[in-house]
Amino acid sequence: MIRQSKKLTRHIDRSERAFTFILTLSGGFIVLLLLGVLGTLFINAIPAIREFGVFFFIARTWNAASETFGALPFLVGTLATSFLALLISIPFSIAISLLLGEYYKNGVVSGFLRSAVEVLAGIPSVIYGLWGLFLLMPGVRFIEMQIGVAPQGVGILTSSLILAIMIIPFSASIGREVITLVPGDLKEAAYSLGATRFEVIRNIVIPYARSGIIAGILLALGRAIGETMAVTMLIGNSNFLPTSIFSPANTMASVIANEFAEATGVTSASLIYVALVLFFVTIIVNIAGAYVIQKLSIESSREVT
Amino acid sequence: MENTVLTVEGFSACFGDQKILHNVDLTVQKNVVAALMGPSGCGKTTLIRCINRMHELIPGASVSGKMSLLNEDIYAMQPIILRRKVGMVFQKPNPFPTMSIYENVVAGYKLNGIKMPKSEMDGIVEQSLRKAALWNEVKDTLHRKGTFLSGGQQQRLCIARALAMNPEIILFDEPTSALDPKSTAQIEELFVELKKSVTMLLVTHNIGQAARVSDFTAFIYLGKLIEFGPTEKMFTVPKDKLTEEYLTGKFG
Repeated sequence: MIRQSKKLTRHIDRSERAFTFILTLSGGFIVLLLLGVLGTLFINAIPAIREFGVFFFIARTWNAASETFGALPFLVGTLATSFLALLISIPFSIAISLLLGEYYKNGVVSGFLRSAVEVLAGIPSVIYGLWGLFLLMPGVRFIEMQIGVAPQGVGILTSSLILAIMIIPFSASIGREVITLVPGDLKEAAYSLGATRFEVIRNIVIPYARSGIIAGILLALGRAIGETMAVTMLIGNSNFLPTSIFSPANTMASVIANEFAEATGVTSASLIYVALVLFFVTIIVNIAGAYVIQKLSIESSREVT
Repeated sequence: MENTVLTVEGFSACFGDQKILHNVDLTVQKNVVAALMGPSGCGKTTLIRCINRMHELIPGASVSGKMSLLNEDIYAMQPIILRRKVGMVFQKPNPFPTMSIYENVVAGYKLNGIKMPKSEMDGIVEQSLRKAALWNEVKDTLHRKGTFLSGGQQQRLCIARALAMNPEIILFDEPTSALDPKSTAQIEELFVELKKSVTMLLVTHNIGQAARVSDFTAFIYLGKLIEFGPTEKMFTVPKDKLTEEYLTGKFG
């Protein structure tokens, strides 16, 4: 009897360890992939790194004829379009999150709006790019003519608008989810003190869901930074440092997409170096996001005994 | 009667086509504790939620009959104004986790956008916490989050939050059912103290609690008010046979 159970224990032990091993292996593989991407980029960028050094990312000239390369115009292009897009999208995504998370939780309206948001998130970015060319470009050109700027229609503003539209579904669906998670008893407590619905939303719902809403916004920022196709179509592909929000420019992603096919030698290595910079910018945004979310998180502080 | 705080006359409530309350009559005098007792699902919670019109937050709720607070028709008032005069304490302690203890006490003012000088606000905080017998335990940690307190302390914080609005009546929805016996005893003691300044309506399914703390008791069964009277009388010579059976544990 005892011997048998020992055998059984050993068997359970072995399968347990095998399972843990498989999980560890899969986890390790992810890290390996990350290092692989980083390594490939680094090795292929070596010629450019030798040539332009670590201050590549703040050098402002990108000239293929003289083979002088610096990533600053693209770094600025990426950050400007992403943050502008974020600013434009925040009010809309918070409004949609509140509408779906607080006002229309269930029912036909909610179902319809939610699927609309999901469909928007799933549209390929080239379609957004085309749509932008047909609709946003003339619109922006019209505005530029009204205020007396060179009417090009393409540039940072146009790209930011399309990016904003593209990222709203992401932040809105995360926002909706965290808003539906706000405990009903807290809202009731606020109502019982005589608060109106708006006061409950402003003072109870939004503070409680804050970390989740910000998480959604940061996820959207990550997507905006890396978005390539739609931006490439609408940014005007200029390799000069942008001077205003109407300037044509290039983001790190769009310059790579535009020029890599024809690039050779040090130009090619420089583009890969740009990719490396983009890689780090993305990582920094992610780490900063995780830090902010952890700082703001209040779930851990709510322990009702 | 000028001493009457709350009157309920011929009051019925439905959720959809399900009738929860049938023709309830009830009168609550000033500065008493009135207990509503009855088995789970009998409608006692619905009754108090109709008093501050919280039932309206649930779609499909409808009521008929009359309720008045200090001779003012509850259903003719703005719910927002009504709820400032009627405090509520819930089953589970629910201090606002994003606010400090101090902010929790004056949450009613903050939520309603009422501004006042800091000294006045400090006064309200101290007074309310003293009334809720919590001041001595938290006076040095007023600016910490209320969620770090124990369950019983959290519930007393919620009582302070309700008291801070200076309500005419406070509704307690089984306030001790999530608490340990020691915290429960503290809160029961508190009722006796609070009676001096405020009227209280206490929902409980704990017969002992009704006997210990209340002056009047209503027994509700299947949405009907079976009996209402002085607690002492009801527990010694119940008029209705159902009440007697409930009190002696024949059902529950």
